[in-house]
Amino acid sequence: MTYEEVIFYFVAALVIAGALGVVVAKNIIHSALFLILALMAVAALFILLAAEFLAIVQVMVYGGAVTILILFAMMLTRVRDLPAPRDGAQKPFAALAAIAFGITSTIAVTSTQFPGESDKINVIAFDSVSDALFTVWALPFEIASLVLIVALMGAIILARGEEGE
Amino acid sequence: MIPINNFLVLSSVLFSIGMYGVLARRNAVLILMSVELMLQAVSINFITFAAYLDPENFTGIIFAVFVIVIAAAEVGLALAIVLRLFRNRQTANVDEADLMKW
Repeated sequence: MTYEEVIFYFVAALVIAGALGVVVAKNIIHSALFLILALMAVAALFILLAAEFLAIVQVMVYGGAVTILILFAMMLTRVRDLPAPRDGAQKPFAALAAIAFGITSTIAVTSTQFPGESDKINVIAFDSVSDALFTVWALPFEIASLVLIVALMGAIILARGEEGE
Repeated sequence: MIPINNFLVLSSVLFSIGMYGVLARRNAVLILMSVELMLQAVSINFITFAAYLDPENFTGIIFAVFVIVIAAAEVGLALAIVLRLFRNRQTANVDEADLMKW
């Protein structure tokens, strides 16, 4: 085993552990903390894939913004007097569906021979990514920023509430 | 050298875990977190394909940027809806959000 593989398996174990923690933890605050673990491990995976730009974006957007937003929402929607919602009845079916999907996609992935497959990770230069983003992909980029501002304005209007409330 | 299948299998496992979370949990915020996991799995797939199969055009990297943008917008909007739901119904349980059920 090369050192790359050792790092990969370590990071993959962190990702899976964090993700399992998110979906099985009883306390939803623990779920949010496990989510941070899983997302940061995914950022490490991006570095392993030589996509440093995305790893930095991942740490800033998910580690900085999304998890904090989720923790805020949890604290604002916590009911102390009532018991936490029971999620019992559909658990076995959910597990069955998820395992079936996992097995199917794993078989599909391992039995496919991808065209033009190289056996190593090709390093994609940071500056060529930004060049492409602002030339070839400039229009989708602008549309994405429009989507962001519309969504955030909608979020503010929704969460603010009506007059006199 | 890490074979491409390692990354793809990891991402399908991650997607399955997120799928289980979406189907099994009843808390709206938890469902959102599981959706985040599924989106992460998709991003891993995109970047893997860009790094292994398409290093000249690296479309996958660009797509992963857009996935992250849309995920951020989705989280902001969905959490606002959850807050609204909580203010009106005093619950974050998706089973109790049945006002539009006919």
